[in-house]
Amino acid sequence: MGRVSFILPLAGFALLAGIFFLYLNMIRTGERTINEIPSALINKPIPIFTLPPLPGQPDGGLASIDFAGKVAVVNVFASWCIPCRAEHPVIERLARMNVATVYGLNWKDNPSAALKWLAELGNPYAAIGSDASGRAGIEWGVYGVPETYVVGPDAVIRYRHVGPMTPDALDNKILPMIRNLKVDG
Amino acid sequence: MIAEAGHFALVLALCVAFAQGTLPLVGAHLRVTSWIAFSRPAAIAQFLLISLAFGALMHAYVTSDFSLLNVAENSHTAKPMLYKISGVWANHEGSMVLWVLTLSTFGAAVATFGTNLPPTLRARALAVQALISVGFIAFILFTSNPFVRLVPAPINGSGLNPLLQDPGLAFHPPFLYLGYVGLSMAFSFAMAALIEGRVDATWARWVRPWTLAAWIFLTAGITLGSWWAYYELGWGGWWYWDPVENASFMPWLVATALLHSSIVVEKRDTLKGWTIFLAIVAFAFSLLGTFLVRSGILTSVHTFASDPDRGVFILALLIIYIGGAFLLFAIRGPSLRGGGLFQPISREGGLVINNLMLTVAAAAILLGTLYPLILDFAGGGKISVGPPFFNAVFIPLMLPLIAVMAMGPLLPWKRGYMTGVTKRLQTAAAIAGAVLFSTWLLHDRGSALAGLGFALAAWLFGGTLTEVAERIYLFRAPVRESLRRLGGMPRSAWGMTLAHAGLAIVVAGITASSAWKVESVQSMRPGDTVTVAGYDFTFDGARRIPGPNYQAERGTFTVHRDGTFVVVIEPELRNFPVEQRQTTEAGIHSTFFGDIYAVIGMADPTGAFITRLYFNPLVAWMWGGVMIMVAGGLVSLTDRRHRVGAPSRNSGRVNAAASAKA
Amino acid sequence: MTRRVATLLFALSVMVLAPPPANAVRPDEILADPVLELRARDISRDLRCLVCQNQSIDDSDAALARDLRVIVRERLGAGDTDGAIIEFVVARYGDFILLDPPFKSTTLVLWLGPSALIGIGIIVLVVFFRRVRRDSLKSGITLAPLSAAERKRLNALLSEEAS
Repeated sequence: MGRVSFILPLAGFALLAGIFFLYLNMIRTGERTINEIPSALINKPIPIFTLPPLPGQPDGGLASIDFAGKVAVVNVFASWCIPCRAEHPVIERLARMNVATVYGLNWKDNPSAALKWLAELGNPYAAIGSDASGRAGIEWGVYGVPETYVVGPDAVIRYRHVGPMTPDALDNKILPMIRNLKVDG
Repeated sequence: MIAEAGHFALVLALCVAFAQGTLPLVGAHLRVTSWIAFSRPAAIAQFLLISLAFGALMHAYVTSDFSLLNVAENSHTAKPMLYKISGVWANHEGSMVLWVLTLSTFGAAVATFGTNLPPTLRARALAVQALISVGFIAFILFTSNPFVRLVPAPINGSGLNPLLQDPGLAFHPPFLYLGYVGLSMAFSFAMAALIEGRVDATWARWVRPWTLAAWIFLTAGITLGSWWAYYELGWGGWWYWDPVENASFMPWLVATALLHSSIVVEKRDTLKGWTIFLAIVAFAFSLLGTFLVRSGILTSVHTFASDPDRGVFILALLIIYIGGAFLLFAIRGPSLRGGGLFQPISREGGLVINNLMLTVAAAAILLGTLYPLILDFAGGGKISVGPPFFNAVFIPLMLPLIAVMAMGPLLPWKRGYMTGVTKRLQTAAAIAGAVLFSTWLLHDRGSALAGLGFALAAWLFGGTLTEVAERIYLFRAPVRESLRRLGGMPRSAWGMTLAHAGLAIVVAGITASSAWKVESVQSMRPGDTVTVAGYDFTFDGARRIPGPNYQAERGTFTVHRDGTFVVVIEPELRNFPVEQRQTTEAGIHSTFFGDIYAVIGMADPTGAFITRLYFNPLVAWMWGGVMIMVAGGLVSLTDRRHRVGAPSRNSGRVNAAASAKA
Repeated sequence: MTRRVATLLFALSVMVLAPPPANAVRPDEILADPVLELRARDISRDLRCLVCQNQSIDDSDAALARDLRVIVRERLGAGDTDGAIIEFVVARYGDFILLDPPFKSTTLVLWLGPSALIGIGIIVLVVFFRRVRRDSLKSGITLAPLSAAERKRLNALLSEEAS
């Protein structure tokens, strides 16, 4: 066979190895993640939904109309979720900063268990929607807990953070994004 | 103390491997006999040292020495002894030691049994093998050392994934490793041939037994994994096109192609460059699998803990070995001139089609496995490539291959004619047609594909038997003559017959169990009876059974058919408190025509249990067919030609006649 | 022997209307209409369980898988087409949830790749055999198939050898 065909395997392999190397580097720097699924709703409007409040919080409850005109952060949590416990102080800190309205979405949880959890750890949320069946979560594209969404004043989802919120992610991703949204919006 | 000895042995092995990888190569080039001869004792020494290291690690597991970090992370005193032992290779570090042990085992085997090999070829092959060892022992010592101590040692370990505490799965990794690490020997021989600048018929003859051995192990290893999945995962599935499953299947496809193309090199002195290329690619796929599993670049149920730093190290090894091999191939490949010419319609032609279909299939699976990664790299987002894609691509490639498989062995070398073949295959075609017709009659559902698959299996089986009939002049000569010829058939011919017939049975089993499975899901109370495929399953209730490290809920089903008692099966739902996991153990009763398969789920608050009852047709044919294939491989491996080695000058003509008949 | 055969035939014939196996579907999820249930299973097998490793929602016991299975069945009951249901799920979870990769511009290479590979392989074969023919003509070796007369003679010789 022609000389060229003997060089093809080397060339093909070099290409593949190059891709592997660059991709590994992207994973190391965080430019690409392996385990996270990107949200399909980025830059799309929030789903239309209405959720009842947790028992004993008559002015709670969460619905799509609550998002108009302000920058909001939606934190999806559950009392049975251990990493949610770990991220709780970070969420509290965000709420205290008062730069955005922090809503809670209690996902696939027992409402009374959720109440106990909040009583124990503190309630940082301006309002909480109780999504015991998980249907509202599916509308948002939630696939696990915890997740945190940043929503602009036009009620368009701008960002999703998967997994527990870290101080690093809060300072370097969430807060700058909130600031940008307030400036533009 | 013993662990430190093992650690030291590994370091020594690295030194020996380094010497083994350099001295013989230089010696072969400069014709220094002592350096060439050094390769043999070095290979054996390397094997002994690595065995020592492996033994030390095994000792730590068996004695539950939790002062070793690796043991503490992966073992537990409550684990049964068999799983303490298999725990050695069920984690990343330990499995890498098994990896290099396999590497050195093949090297030592060539050093010991390859007495008929020309010294320079053997020395170069062992040297290349040692160079691979160097890379991977270094990988172990610098990034994945199993001998790291844990101070203070914990009282007990973190246990082991309960899914892995299973006899089938205990043996799945060793067989797999013997398989795809064993392909390194074909790779080393290919490298040696390229360095020597010569690939001839005798080279192909020497490479075959090692490739065949690796192929046998790989076949067994893959099937053990599938068999385990079938009875363990609770729904009778046995192949998921998981990236790591694919990583073991691709080398198998290429190894099969390599086995067949090396026949052409041996018999007809052609297709040399292609065969060398396949030998490189087979091992390349093995290394790629190692990379995918351990680098953290893919997630899969099989992956070990992900670590991009380890990933870069393995990628570097991949680049050195495979890049180096392809570079050598680019330089030396064009000088490999072949001799034999042949017509498209000939046995060589059939083998070429075999190679084409197998390599395209492997390439297609590679494409599907890597595509999500490449797309994500290029910024195209994340997609999944799952069973629907692989089935749509793989099955259409295999159908023509199976069709041709029946015809190939009937074609003569160099030139043949189709009419001769088709005339002899009339009986097989008739049987296949009958099978197609009857499955069409009996089934409304299951696509036409299922009937076609079954008919093709019958076609292949019939064609394989036809080949034997031709060989022994069945019905054309007296029975005694035929029997005499049957007894005189060379083992490699037996091997081919068994392997092809076995594959036909496997294809029939796969088709039937995929297309014609019957299933029933319901809640049952004690005393309820459900009928599935004519079998009456009566639920007798469930009770709690304690196990060595789990609590089980065991359900009892009495199965009848037409009022006659068939069997009692007892599926279990096991709860492992240490790992906080649950596993299902299906209750299975295998018959020739299919498996009766029952799974018990959790009880609902009212005391009714969710049960899944299946009838899986012809599943035993899959496992049995593979065993026949493996038997064929073993029979072929013991063929005298492999032990005789190169034909001597005065018996050249006799051997040539013998090999022409084979 | 006949009972065995009868067993086999009976078993095969029973499988006519039974739906293909579903592996994690609970009894309370199964739809009453078998045709809809069949569609539900087929759709479920193409949807990935996002919290599992490499399983479809049909195979998985996870809560999210169950929720999605229920949604698929609800929408089937409401009269959605298969395509509409897939669109519904993809709109919320992206292409990643499809085990059967979509055919779009970004997956052209994936779907056309295998055919291209076969095509390349066939072209290589054609070129190879052309060269073989050229080489054989050059060296005078004939590779032409045997003529009918030659074949007859060959068969005669072979059967002589046999008797």
